[in-house]
Amino acid sequence: MSITTEDPNRELISEEQQHESVPRASYGFELHRRDFFKLLGGGMLVCACAGPVLAQESGARRRNGDDEDLPQNISAWLHIAEDGKVTVYTGKVEVGQNIRTSLTQQVAEELRAPFDSIQLVMGDTALTPYDMGTFGSRTTPTMGPQLRMVSAAARENLINLAAKKWNADPASLTALNGIITDSHSKQSISYGELTKGQQLVQLIGDDPELEPPEQWRIAGTSVPKVDGRAFVTGKHKYTSDLSLTGMVYGKVVRPTAFRSTLKSVDSSEAEKIPGVTVVHDGNFVGVTAPDTTTALKAAKAVRADWTAPQQTSEATLFQDIRKPATTETDNPGGPPRFTTGSVEQGFASADKTLTQTYTISYIQHVPLEPRAAVAQWEDGKLTVWTGTQRPFAVRDELAETFRIPKDKVRVMMPDTGAAYGGKHTGECAIEAARLAKAAGKPVKLVWTREEEFTWAYFRPSGAIDVKSGVSKDGKIVAWEFHNYNSGPSGLRPVYAFANQHIEFHPTDPPLRQGSYRGLAAPANHFAREVHMDELAQLVNIEPFEFRMKNLTDPRARAVLQAAAKTFGWGEQKSSPTRGFGLAIGFEKGSYVATCVEVQISGRDVQVKRVAEAFECGAVVNPNGLQNQVAGAIMMGLGGALFEIIHFDNGKILNPHLAEYRVPRFSDMPRIDVAILDRKDIAPAGAGETPIMALAPAISNAIFAATGIRLRSLPMVPDGLQKANAAS
Amino acid sequence: MPLTLLINGTEHKVDVPADTKLLYVLRDNLGLTGTKYGCGEGMCGACTVLLDGKPARSCQASLSVVAGKKITTIEGLEQNGRLHPVQEAFLKTEAFQCAYCASGMIMAVVGLLSKNPQPSDEQIINAMDGNVCRCGTHPRIIEAVRQAASAKKI
Repeated sequence: MSITTEDPNRELISEEQQHESVPRASYGFELHRRDFFKLLGGGMLVCACAGPVLAQESGARRRNGDDEDLPQNISAWLHIAEDGKVTVYTGKVEVGQNIRTSLTQQVAEELRAPFDSIQLVMGDTALTPYDMGTFGSRTTPTMGPQLRMVSAAARENLINLAAKKWNADPASLTALNGIITDSHSKQSISYGELTKGQQLVQLIGDDPELEPPEQWRIAGTSVPKVDGRAFVTGKHKYTSDLSLTGMVYGKVVRPTAFRSTLKSVDSSEAEKIPGVTVVHDGNFVGVTAPDTTTALKAAKAVRADWTAPQQTSEATLFQDIRKPATTETDNPGGPPRFTTGSVEQGFASADKTLTQTYTISYIQHVPLEPRAAVAQWEDGKLTVWTGTQRPFAVRDELAETFRIPKDKVRVMMPDTGAAYGGKHTGECAIEAARLAKAAGKPVKLVWTREEEFTWAYFRPSGAIDVKSGVSKDGKIVAWEFHNYNSGPSGLRPVYAFANQHIEFHPTDPPLRQGSYRGLAAPANHFAREVHMDELAQLVNIEPFEFRMKNLTDPRARAVLQAAAKTFGWGEQKSSPTRGFGLAIGFEKGSYVATCVEVQISGRDVQVKRVAEAFECGAVVNPNGLQNQVAGAIMMGLGGALFEIIHFDNGKILNPHLAEYRVPRFSDMPRIDVAILDRKDIAPAGAGETPIMALAPAISNAIFAATGIRLRSLPMVPDGLQKANAAS
Repeated sequence: MPLTLLINGTEHKVDVPADTKLLYVLRDNLGLTGTKYGCGEGMCGACTVLLDGKPARSCQASLSVVAGKKITTIEGLEQNGRLHPVQEAFLKTEAFQCAYCASGMIMAVVGLLSKNPQPSDEQIINAMDGNVCRCGTHPRIIEAVRQAASAKKI
């Protein structure tokens, strides 16, 4: 058996590169310990380093005779103030996935400090350590352990301080609720009192001992969302709610088609409107005005003449994306492909073979808060508040665009109105900054829904060819899987196929495309799990049994069994008006299985019931996780059933919510979620995998009811009809 | 165009272009940013306010129409530091993720319950279908409405 690719991160890295989100190198921090305490006040500072703690030991960063530089590889830091308040700094950001709460829980757990005494500063490029971005379900598996380590080290440090103060044995001291108590002398002291008047710094590597999940008291419980009250009272300030003194409102004049060049601009009418500034710079035209209404009016009054090249259209999409990319990817060794065993021998031994193609249309993220930015220039320094999953990448984009050093740019990320993989880039920040530069005032720019539908990027379309061979007893003996354009995430099956060849084929995409919840994994799961159902039918084996025959991974078997049990799989038979389907998935360290009941009434397809089992190791916040899983199911209904971007010759044809259908209350099925809490397994992320098995389970349920096999996403944008079924 | 608006029980004098929609007066002129922009087309409900107690899309509401009406925004629900029962129910059920839709959802529910204090699930779904939540917290929002309705009964 030969395996050509083994790095599990490779798909993710490749996916990032494909989507123009190349990780950037960390920049050298210039923070000194005295700067820190000037900023934070006295107390204790503990820094976690990704990798070994080099700087202090080797003196590698000594410059100008100053030995107080902090190392460059710091990934998180934690400060305990003299009043006992704990502030934790992380470059991760909150977009509704609830990590502000789950990370705070983990700090509280290891630090043994009250949950409410801890505040997280997130995604501020001036204050938080460098972070590549919040995506790929990586906050929980990577930032979680780092914050736990930094907190555990701080707790050990505090115990040692108290031991020294009391001349006691550290082993006789316990820390709880921000207080250290000596079990012998019964004396106690709070963290704040202990650190009062001090400037203590500790650097840690990856060695402190962590509390095992079995013993968690705060992590692992359903702590309510941090700042919940601010959200239900409308007091939370999203980027689009911010206001600065003297701020004006921006609006960009958009071209009529993608890839346009500006031929001429007549802004005379717009400039007659009081308070309006028109900016024309290269291919960019925009306005600023004293209020939103005037800005919209002024942008409309600008007469801009664009030329655009002829561009491909939706009608030829699934042929176009099969053409190989003309540009090289940065991925060493080319696009991901894996081979195990011998596919040829596998096919030779197969009793039956099946070849099918599955397609995935372009869709939009439609975060309810559109892209927004507030930009301010002061003495050559640029400050931008913006809703982005990658504040450091946006900072770098701004520095490059305006040709200023990175340390002259600060990007701050208020907790944002969702992203779903759609807010990796900084175009709104750049536009606001350009307008602010021209206006000489702070500028707020909030994209309209139409701009969001047009000028943001899309979830990639895809064509997936699957060829398989199966023995009559239901063992898959050959598996060939080719994904064109949609991406390499989730290419690997959770099944133990002995003979397989899997390959991703990049193309030059017709639309600007990028990350989306789960990247390409929902597309790859759709093709794989519908194909599995087709094979089960081919050899006449019940779909649940057929999957179990090909599953060896015990975690995968456990979620499939749990979903079937929660759903009551097999208790009822499908009929022409009611169908049952299931599917399974694995991605980024977590497992999902989904059972679906659909109701068919003429052309109308309604998903009536979804039971989903999900396992992501030890659960940090059960209620938050339940919310994520049910939310992924609701969101997934759209891409499965009806969401689709229509385009023609460089234009989006349906850039409005009236023309682009998203899931609503009337689409809501009954949702039962079974969470398998594996305290023996390190926590994995949960933002993405729960969406992956839904679409194939729906397709399989529709087939069970009607005999119509739907192989294209979305499945029923115009209702169920024979024409939907790919032959 | 100078005019007076009655918002959350307080009169506000504003002077804005005549074709300004209520949403922008609230957000840009009065700093009442709890009311959100989501689509500007009346299709998502993020901008929902109450006009004389009835839910309305503030992104579609002309000032000439709203002048003289009692306007209630999310900021007007809390009384003396006490949350409205609907806000309480949303908080308790954690019926939000990014929470950007929460203001509009809560205003729509307040409007629904004032007209129909004990709605059936079907009536809740009908009343709320114009409000979009992209994070998919719909089941919890329904649960929050049920809880708020039973809290009001007591």
